[in-house]
Amino acid sequence: MLKQCEGSHAVASAVAMCRPEVICAYPISPQTHIVEGLGEMVKSGNLAPCEFINVESEFAAMSVAIGASAAGARSYTATASQGLLFMVEAVYNASGLGLPIVMTVANRAIGAPINIWNDHSDSMSQRDCGWIQLFAENNQEALDLHIQAFRLGEELSLPVMVCMDGFILTHAYERVDIPAQEQVDSYLPAFVPRQILDPAEPVSIGAMVGPEAFTEVRYLAHAKQMQALELIPQHAAEFKQIFGRDSGGLVRPYRCEDAETIVVALGSVLGTLKDTIDEMRDAGHKVGVLGIVSFRPFPLLAVREVLKNARRVVVLEKSLAVGIGGIVATDVRMALSGLHLHGYTVIAGLGGRAITKASLHKMLERAVKDELEHLTFLDLDHNLINRHLEREKQKRRSGPMAENMLRDVGVVAARIA
Amino acid sequence: MDKPFAITLDVGSSLANHTGSWRTSRPLYVDSLPPCNNACPAGENIQGWLFHAEAGDYEAAWRVLVQDNPLPAVMGRICYHPCETSCNRGQFDSAVGINSVERFLGDEAIKQGWKFAVPDKASGKKVLIVGAGPSGLSTAYHLVRLGHQVVIFDAGPLAGGMMRFGIPKYRLPRDVLDAEIKRILDMGVMLKLNTRVDNILDTMKSGGFDAAFLAVGAHIGKRAHIPAGSAAKVLDAVGVLHSMEGEEKPMLGRRVVVYGGGNTAIDVARTAKRLGATESIIVYRRTREKMPAHDFEVEEALQEGILIKWLSTIKQVSDEGALTIEKMVLDDKGFPQPTGEFETLESDSLVLALGQDVDLSLLNGVPGLEIKDGIVQVMPNMMTGHPGIFAGGDMVPSERTVTVGVGHGKKAARNIDAWLRGGEYAAAPKHELAAYEKLNPWYYSDAPKIMRPMLEVVRRQSTFDEVQGGLDETSAQFEARRCMSCGNCFECDNCYGVCPDNAVIKLGPGKRFEFNYDYCKGCGICVSECPCGAIKMVPEDV
Amino acid sequence: MPFQPVKFYQTGTFTVGNRLLALEQRSVQANMQRTNSLNSGHRACQGCGEALGARYAIDAAMRASNKQLIAANATGCLEVFSTPYPETSWQIPWIHSLFGNTAAVATGIAAALRVKGRREVRVIAQGGDGGTTDIGFGCLSGMFERNDDVLYICYDNEAYMNTGVQRSSATPPAARTATTMPVGPEPGNVFGQGKNVAQIAMAHNIPYVATATVADLHDLEYKVNRAMGMHGARYIHIFVPCPLGWGAASNDTIRLARLARETGLFAVYEAEHGEVTSVSKIRKRVPVEDYLKLQRRFAHLFGKTPALETIARIQAMADKNIRKFGLLEQGGQ
Repeated sequence: MLKQCEGSHAVASAVAMCRPEVICAYPISPQTHIVEGLGEMVKSGNLAPCEFINVESEFAAMSVAIGASAAGARSYTATASQGLLFMVEAVYNASGLGLPIVMTVANRAIGAPINIWNDHSDSMSQRDCGWIQLFAENNQEALDLHIQAFRLGEELSLPVMVCMDGFILTHAYERVDIPAQEQVDSYLPAFVPRQILDPAEPVSIGAMVGPEAFTEVRYLAHAKQMQALELIPQHAAEFKQIFGRDSGGLVRPYRCEDAETIVVALGSVLGTLKDTIDEMRDAGHKVGVLGIVSFRPFPLLAVREVLKNARRVVVLEKSLAVGIGGIVATDVRMALSGLHLHGYTVIAGLGGRAITKASLHKMLERAVKDELEHLTFLDLDHNLINRHLEREKQKRRSGPMAENMLRDVGVVAARIA
Repeated sequence: MDKPFAITLDVGSSLANHTGSWRTSRPLYVDSLPPCNNACPAGENIQGWLFHAEAGDYEAAWRVLVQDNPLPAVMGRICYHPCETSCNRGQFDSAVGINSVERFLGDEAIKQGWKFAVPDKASGKKVLIVGAGPSGLSTAYHLVRLGHQVVIFDAGPLAGGMMRFGIPKYRLPRDVLDAEIKRILDMGVMLKLNTRVDNILDTMKSGGFDAAFLAVGAHIGKRAHIPAGSAAKVLDAVGVLHSMEGEEKPMLGRRVVVYGGGNTAIDVARTAKRLGATESIIVYRRTREKMPAHDFEVEEALQEGILIKWLSTIKQVSDEGALTIEKMVLDDKGFPQPTGEFETLESDSLVLALGQDVDLSLLNGVPGLEIKDGIVQVMPNMMTGHPGIFAGGDMVPSERTVTVGVGHGKKAARNIDAWLRGGEYAAAPKHELAAYEKLNPWYYSDAPKIMRPMLEVVRRQSTFDEVQGGLDETSAQFEARRCMSCGNCFECDNCYGVCPDNAVIKLGPGKRFEFNYDYCKGCGICVSECPCGAIKMVPEDV
Repeated sequence: MPFQPVKFYQTGTFTVGNRLLALEQRSVQANMQRTNSLNSGHRACQGCGEALGARYAIDAAMRASNKQLIAANATGCLEVFSTPYPETSWQIPWIHSLFGNTAAVATGIAAALRVKGRREVRVIAQGGDGGTTDIGFGCLSGMFERNDDVLYICYDNEAYMNTGVQRSSATPPAARTATTMPVGPEPGNVFGQGKNVAQIAMAHNIPYVATATVADLHDLEYKVNRAMGMHGARYIHIFVPCPLGWGAASNDTIRLARLARETGLFAVYEAEHGEVTSVSKIRKRVPVEDYLKLQRRFAHLFGKTPALETIARIQAMADKNIRKFGLLEQGGQ
């Protein structure tokens, strides 16, 4: 059923159709609308049987999900930014215990300075936590990936994070095809946990493991994600059979066949990138875009396959590994091991800064001429930086950086002063 | 369940980890000697019979009791219960009323008609017992149980010895005594009354006895050299008490003075009161603290209106019965010394209660016997210097109480049995004493001793009704349950419960517990928390 | 009615069992068929109060729930000594997630059971004092506030023992720990700090809150049973001496718990919906020295010059408890 609706609403509908049994929620923007929607469905009885629990923190949210999942309930939660970081210990624990929890991360920057807007710093900080991480390009895919996430997670006994750009997707109204419940039911079987807390068959879950077996435990976690590399394309194919559209998979190449320059990116920026590439193709540049859906497990072979014939790769990412540069870029480099390619890392869209076609054009035109710096911050305001550095040089206690810069920008200067 | 590797484990699998290897010392269950058992002159297993009484199994309790003492109803009345004096519970609140429970069991046995079992195998040996007092009867009982044939000769008209002729009825009703004696005789003991033995060797020979046990007691009242007028009425205590059992009650008059400080003096004074004396006065040369009589008896006497003149000796008696009394004073060593102060006490009769001597005439001409201070000497096995002749009770060196006599009986019987079989009796080594310090008294709830009912004083002053009543069943059981079971497991499950390692195995009712040394880490909590001190730690050989 | 001591049965009801008691009056621990939820082979120290308390409590809960029980366990001694790979000592469905989230994990389990309609299966969360009063306090308070159907049991040994005896908010004043050494002008843990979680639990108005010690098994079992008879958030705080951390003899574990109660330092009571409903009276009151002297963590109070003022302050704490909870019998001393 086609419907014009908010991204959060679309996701809430999809999650509800997956028949979750325990949902726990702690409010943090921009995830709030998803759990609000689910909460209403549970309270009204439209989603039943299901327990909706208002917890006291994200740490508790993930912990409740851990308990519920270990007791055999299909469990779901959503978070973002600081919230994800607050639950980190439990995030690692969920994957370590092999509990197939599905969590939406409405991607948002991490403070300080506090910032509610979109980038990928939050989920990227959790790239090694053992969860599967799937990135949605648009609201339709966000909806679809949640359905696939439950299937994948439960089949592997691994938790899955569905990452969607905060505000850009969560709060955007778009037309989406909301599937029928029967379609979801035929795609997603009932949850049969691999291990369960049940008096009928008691087990001890969560033993302390020492050096004698810890490496093996970690190896097996890795092996499971390698298994996911095979399952994800299969699940996408099955999904297409039932729902009639392409959604998910490991990577999504766009006009990459003969491309000399390929831009690699994740999430909603792919749309803008595709438009930009189309225009550059029209202008005669051999450019393409490689969208990565599955960031964890990282599809090294699939990425290499797409990039191996290009001359240069530009990894455009909404996160910064401070002190080195790119996060995704590092993984892409690993996929290109032994290949001679020019590689560029472009840090863009941090803290919600808009990534415009104009900026992309400018950046790519330099890239195709190999004039781009290897680490580029898109639309970096050098004036602001220089003024701040000057201030710091003159006075050790030059005041708070962010506020000073805002004053320089003049946008909210009146409010701060 | 296809469990995740290493993180998820099968329940209870830690049983593979034998933590017993951590241990440096191990707990052991022990049976220690309860102080009551240790103190009992009759060698009763008091803790053992209380154990059954606690559960309300009175017959089982009685049967454990009579393994050592065939006279529980008697004992429950007249024993001075050193068991209670040494009872650990005395340090907690008050001693367990062992004597009350014993009496309850004895009375219950009489009421229910419980009988002694007689062994079906006879040894073919025949033993002569001279004297049907407590030690004679006890010896007879134990010898019969050991398979021997027993004949008792007694010079008196009735069996019981001092139990009948020395202890007043108000302390030991005769129907109780008769019932317990009959139960012994019913085992097949032959009793010949009014039969004085003049020569023991002749009697043994003519009767074909293989051994003899002498227990003639000490029935001859000691006389003091008190100048007395020819008309003065001076009697001895043994004679007075003896004549109480005859047709003719002694004529003591209105003012009776008893001279002496032992239990016999008290018995006579209280008897005189009951016979109608308006004044019954005990004259004693020392103080109450120094008096040999048991304090509770003194107390009962005082309650009944007996007067006691402390620190007084009788110097002479006039024809009219006027006594010259000299006041005494205790010296540094506690001995009475004359003061030279005199007073006069009027009396109708003076009864001397100054101790008793043994009539040793039956031993004339027996070779090997040793007699010292008028008392027959015996070896540790109760045998006199003459092989085959054993002796016990008041005629051998010992404390002269019924309980001691009964204890002699058991000991003598065992030794006679061994001697008849050509061997020597070897007592099992005594367990370590269960001292109060080894207990954990926290676990015993507060429960003060139940006092036995006492006859009202007016009736005590005029009748020979039994002064001290018995406990009813509820009270007797309550009292039994006050037992702390010192040094012996009573299956309270504490060790089983308090072990942090489940290393105590409960074997089931009556079977106690076992340690599982595979897992016991040797923490010692079971030892500390055992209420009765029945577990001890011993070092491991490391 | 709270657990009533039997009038008199030889050793009353202070012992674990007693052959003279009627079967229904005997403790779970006296039963030959008890679950032994925490089985032999665990790696707790000799004389561990927590191992004992855990078995007491979980066995009682197993009986109360007819063996339909799931437990979540915080990180800590109990977790580490019971489930080192490849062995577990637990006989029940059990999960360890993290140090600070046990109450929330239990909430999740309870939610799963409710949604699946398995009302008969009951949930227990358990942890030490660190996992309860400190790091797990947020999740615990949330669980209380939502009145989730979980019985939370705290085994309080008054410090972080698993990590090497560091101070927790349950560590008593003056106690030596690795982070409150007996040095400086105020040796040991300072006065005026600390957290009484049982009282805080009561402030949540949850259906049931109780304190207990490993020294009174019958009372402990009664309270677990009482708690298991209710639904909603419930909290039992069990005092479990730690021979290692307290510097006490391994055989003194129960004795110390008893003394903590008999001094008044640890008040034993129960409360429903925020109101105290019963108090375990002191049976034989003793001065705090009797308790303190058995523990090396307080040894600095009894040196060449005894810290009389400090001891008096500790005594004052006990006296305050006695007044506040009415721990003495009428006419008691």
